[in-house]
Amino acid sequence: MPSSMENGEDDVTLKILYCGVCHSDLHSVKNGWGGAKYPLVPGHEIVGVVTKVGSSVKKFKVGDHVGVGVIVGSCTNCENCKQDLENYCPKMILTYGSTDHDGTMTYGGYSDIMVAHQNFVLKFPDNLPLDAGAPLLCAGITVYSPMKYYGMTEAGKHLGVVGLGGLGHVAVKIGKAFGLKVTVISTSPKKEKEAIEKLGADSFLVSRDPEKMKAALGTIDYIVDTVSAVHPLDPLLGLLKTNGKLVQVGLPEKPLELPIFPLALGRKLVGGSNIGGLKETQEMLDFCAKHNIVADIELIKMDYINTAMERLSKADVHYRFVIDVANSSL
Amino acid sequence: MSKSPEVEHRRKAFGWAARDTSGVLSPFNFSRRWNTEEEDVAFKVLFCGICHSDLHSIKNEWGFAKYPMVPGHEIVGIVTEVGNKVSKFKVGDKVGVGCMVGACHSCSSCSSDLENYCPKMVFTYGGTYYDGTPTYGGYSDSMVANERYVVKMPESIPLDASAPLLCAGITVYSPLKHFGLDKPGMHIGVVGLGGLGHVAVKFAKAFGAEVTVISTSPAKQKEAIEHLGADSFLVSRNPEQMQAAMGTLDGIIDTVSAQHPLLPLLALLKSQGKIVMVGAPDRPLELPVFPLLMGRKIIAGSCIGGMKETQEMIDFAGKHNITADIEVISMDYVNTAMERLAKADVRYRFVIDVGNTLNKA
Repeated sequence: MPSSMENGEDDVTLKILYCGVCHSDLHSVKNGWGGAKYPLVPGHEIVGVVTKVGSSVKKFKVGDHVGVGVIVGSCTNCENCKQDLENYCPKMILTYGSTDHDGTMTYGGYSDIMVAHQNFVLKFPDNLPLDAGAPLLCAGITVYSPMKYYGMTEAGKHLGVVGLGGLGHVAVKIGKAFGLKVTVISTSPKKEKEAIEKLGADSFLVSRDPEKMKAALGTIDYIVDTVSAVHPLDPLLGLLKTNGKLVQVGLPEKPLELPIFPLALGRKLVGGSNIGGLKETQEMLDFCAKHNIVADIELIKMDYINTAMERLSKADVHYRFVIDVANSSL
Repeated sequence: MSKSPEVEHRRKAFGWAARDTSGVLSPFNFSRRWNTEEEDVAFKVLFCGICHSDLHSIKNEWGFAKYPMVPGHEIVGIVTEVGNKVSKFKVGDKVGVGCMVGACHSCSSCSSDLENYCPKMVFTYGGTYYDGTPTYGGYSDSMVANERYVVKMPESIPLDASAPLLCAGITVYSPLKHFGLDKPGMHIGVVGLGGLGHVAVKFAKAFGAEVTVISTSPAKQKEAIEHLGADSFLVSRNPEQMQAAMGTLDGIIDTVSAQHPLLPLLALLKSQGKIVMVGAPDRPLELPVFPLLMGRKIIAGSCIGGMKETQEMIDFAGKHNITADIEVISMDYVNTAMERLAKADVRYRFVIDVGNTLNKA
């Protein structure tokens, strides 16, 4: 067991109950973004129960249900950290695949125990199911944060969600909770029924249908683009009204083509966003608790994980796999 | 704007027009509308700036040119007549007209004083007016425009050097304000030191920013710093300089219309930094998504500005003594000027001395 498993005075030890399978886990294990350090234990949508707390820990006690998301450390004194934006700290330490303060590698939630600094542990809401709530720790905050930052929360406005996967389906639910009209934009016509009947989207646009896309030109106030494959931005920019905003939260491995004319002629913008800070992640969890928002999941055992990854690469899941860690034989 | 029930009068006008995609300009007789019942302002054109858009347009580089085309949308002059309903101007006033002469006035953009984003916005030249007639620009002896599209030019700054503000000025002023890049102490980058870029430096300095010019030409450094007042200069093809400046800029105004890489520019931005594209590359640029996400950065576009903020910009320029750096030319030099402009051989805007050199054929 690595030395980072010792519980320091600010640390919390948790027995991991559930861990969501994020598409980032798939990108990481296959070194899709470069820089992977093997052996790599992925998993950053972790829910568990506290088994030990350090002497300086006041926020948590043994038996509490807690979550750990994408980050487990940061520098704490840069401009970003001081504004509770640990996710933009240049020295941010990721839950897996990063180098911790003590020089050891961080390992994620596809495992039995985790030890994390109390500042990077979140209180898990009492009224949310632990398994279906796990994906909020990455997918949830990844869409909630930009919706707040880019002002995409004005009730009555029209939100477009591109891609109906782990991120996308949570974005639909959060969008509806903000009182927005929500249109799902997807390449798969088959997803329409579920988008509308189960997730509560107001409408559905098949992005490969030129007539439908044309009819929807200039009708959308904001777009959250969750797609991590390379895809055309031009048709999406066309959907935006003047002053419209598109926020990219998916991470394509190659650059996208950005047409400048539609940006300039409509004063539109494309912004990026990466997860969220810890304070905001807690805020998001509390928001989801209030609005009863969790992910739609398929619960699996650990020995199914490689099959799950194959299915995930074909987007064959509605909409997040969650590993029932505690009940799996590891 | 409703059409007048009366027959519209036309009055003779004279200018220089391009006849085809060669873009060569030559003398051209035409007519402009005139209806004294309306809100039109007529003025004698004294000067007209040559905008790079004029060059793109006369050669039909954007694909919607209509010939004959009289370009020019940085037009200044003296009012000669006003329609009966004109309230803001009188004969003798120094006025200017920029890139637009009409819009729908009922959409949400128009209601927010953003006529420039109205889907029915009418261009000063190469467009079609409400009455179906083509619009002609300022490379001509006279101009007629609805008073909503006319601005009062300040007494405090020379008319010839202020003409380029009507397009170049508003094009950079508007995004500096809208995207919050006008706060004192901010560090602003300006990419490209041409007509737009040099004016962006001046406005950003007037807003109290520290300004860095980013350019491919080391030869422009001396003038950028000593003459335009920029605080520093980065040669974009110098990887060491660019690396040292990473994460230092709050915002960037990118004026370059040629294809160019965005990755090094995104890297110059601090976290939450913004880059605004005001140049018009005609093909898409490559957008690396990783840096956008990892720094919560924004790339936006902006196109000129509304009439209210154009007047605000002109008043600001008058107060802070901001004008363009110009080379005044005679009308018959215009084709040579266009060739030089294509090679960026001008510091930094040609302005045609229409009043003194436009001679009737």
